[in-house]
Amino acid sequence: MENNQRIELPQHLLDEVQRVISLFPEGKQKSALLRVLHIAQAHFGWLSVDVMDYVARLLHIQPIEVYEVATFYSMYDTQQVGKVKLEVCRTGPCMIEGAENIVNYIEKKLGIKDGETTADGIFTLKTVECLGACGYAPMLQAGEKFHEHLTEEKVDALIEAYRSNPVANYMGENQNG
Amino acid sequence: MARKLLLNNVHIEGIHNYDVYRKNGGYAAVEKALKTMSPEDVVEEVKKSGLRGRGGAGFPTGMKWSFLAKPEGVPRHLLCNADESEPGTFKDRYLMEKIPHLLIEGMILSSFALGANQSYIYIRGEYMFVLRIVEKAIAEAYANGWLGKNILGTGYDLDLSIMPGAGAYICGEETALIESLEGKRGNPRMKPPFPAIQGLWQRPTVVNNVETITAVVPIVNEGGDEYAKIGIGRSTGTKLISASGNVNKPGVYEIELGLSVEEFIYSDQYLGGMKNGKRLKACVPGGSSVPILPHYLVCKTANGEDRLMSYESLADGGFQTGSMLGSGGFIVFDEDQCIVRNTWNFARFYHHESCGQCSPCREGTGWMEKVLHRLEEGHGTIADIDLLWDIQRKIEGNTICPLGDAAAWPVAAAIRHFREEFEWHVNQPKESQIRNYGLVADKSFQTENA
Repeated sequence: MENNQRIELPQHLLDEVQRVISLFPEGKQKSALLRVLHIAQAHFGWLSVDVMDYVARLLHIQPIEVYEVATFYSMYDTQQVGKVKLEVCRTGPCMIEGAENIVNYIEKKLGIKDGETTADGIFTLKTVECLGACGYAPMLQAGEKFHEHLTEEKVDALIEAYRSNPVANYMGENQNG
Repeated sequence: MARKLLLNNVHIEGIHNYDVYRKNGGYAAVEKALKTMSPEDVVEEVKKSGLRGRGGAGFPTGMKWSFLAKPEGVPRHLLCNADESEPGTFKDRYLMEKIPHLLIEGMILSSFALGANQSYIYIRGEYMFVLRIVEKAIAEAYANGWLGKNILGTGYDLDLSIMPGAGAYICGEETALIESLEGKRGNPRMKPPFPAIQGLWQRPTVVNNVETITAVVPIVNEGGDEYAKIGIGRSTGTKLISASGNVNKPGVYEIELGLSVEEFIYSDQYLGGMKNGKRLKACVPGGSSVPILPHYLVCKTANGEDRLMSYESLADGGFQTGSMLGSGGFIVFDEDQCIVRNTWNFARFYHHESCGQCSPCREGTGWMEKVLHRLEEGHGTIADIDLLWDIQRKIEGNTICPLGDAAAWPVAAAIRHFREEFEWHVNQPKESQIRNYGLVADKSFQTENA
């Protein structure tokens, strides 16, 4: 993101932020922080210091209160990432069903290593810990979607689909609201 | 025919929608409780049911509820723990995805029993697609008068909402969950004070697992005594088991507690036996934290009795020859799996997830990961195996929260039962890189004499 870009959520997301805050008692608006960070990351792509400072202002809390949360939880990106994050589960049950082969295959196919982003800025590959799909292993998460029972053919197809239509790499926008 | 209390309606088309759920008997328990029972009556039924926490600890739910402080004029809260992150466990996701109104109904009943008027479901951030399903169901429940002010004209008010985490196993620990719901890092709190006295925003709070809360629905519908008739001994009712690994039919199953492990693994009604006709090597019956069992202790206890899917039978023999029911994350390993590699994998998980507050856990999980990796890569020594044993002992019991124990137990059990496989990695470093060790020797004759 360019530094000079104006940091502000559009009105419908500001409304969503207000709705989330209203779910907590008066004065407990800090409880909305995790969800508001998801919304902000969804919209801005990642959590730059400017974005975190903006979130602090929205919630009337100190910037440090946002930084310490953003750096604790693994889903928040405080560095720029690709439009689509491919997060491959590597924990036990997925490992015994071949998660390592899936990671190797994606690395070779996209020419990037774990944690890296493709030159065109579309894909970031990341290995993650158990995502709760152990019975449907191996699996990866892209945006909000779980892709399960992975095979090399399935990986080919989903990479092709995301390449032609890079869905935003995020979670948090309320699609129901 | 095994009875199902939670998943009996799960295959009905559209059951995630309010209308279909309602038509199939949904919210009858709320009508019954709010119109004909007092909050104390509901607590009493839950006590009679013998229901125990389904998140892993197995603590009696009715007793946990009875600890809740009720100071005059201070609001109290019910929090649903939907942070399901224990490797091998995916049952709560299944429940919420397939039949979200069952959780909402359970939340209304449980909140009513506890006198809570503002309750929250805390769901792991990676389950955002599940959050959307539950949030839609909550909106439907509001629209149909099951949530909000003066529910069914009884004067009882309840607000319910769902909040996401953002990727932290530790937030499944109840005080870390509370911290997270306050918008902070998920660092567990020192206890006491317990959440029942000072929880969310320092108010009295109960935290219960998704499956525990949904179980309150059949308990209210059929009565605690009826519920207690299912199961065996102090393991009453049904349990959701998440099955994964080298079996023919992995997935989520609702079983009556007391089912034999052998039937669960080998019968076609459940896991359908080992995949590709391989032999069973080991089983982690209750999520990655619980002790791994070698093949000869999976279907039989050390005394030669049938091992059952119950809190007591899975723990039979203590940590020497038993394990735990835990969260019901049932991971099956066949003869081609490497125990050293899997133990390293789990150790890496706990190192990654340690919050870093307590030195024994922060440092110890990292050391265990490194030593195990060394052993797995064929660069370890016999002294490394003893070092591992020493590290895990120094973590267990020396931390604020149970993550330290959860990291120590799998390492201890792996060394206890599979030491010969660890030593083989040391003594045959080249061979151990190209093939797996296979089954360890049956040591049951030794434990008989112990």
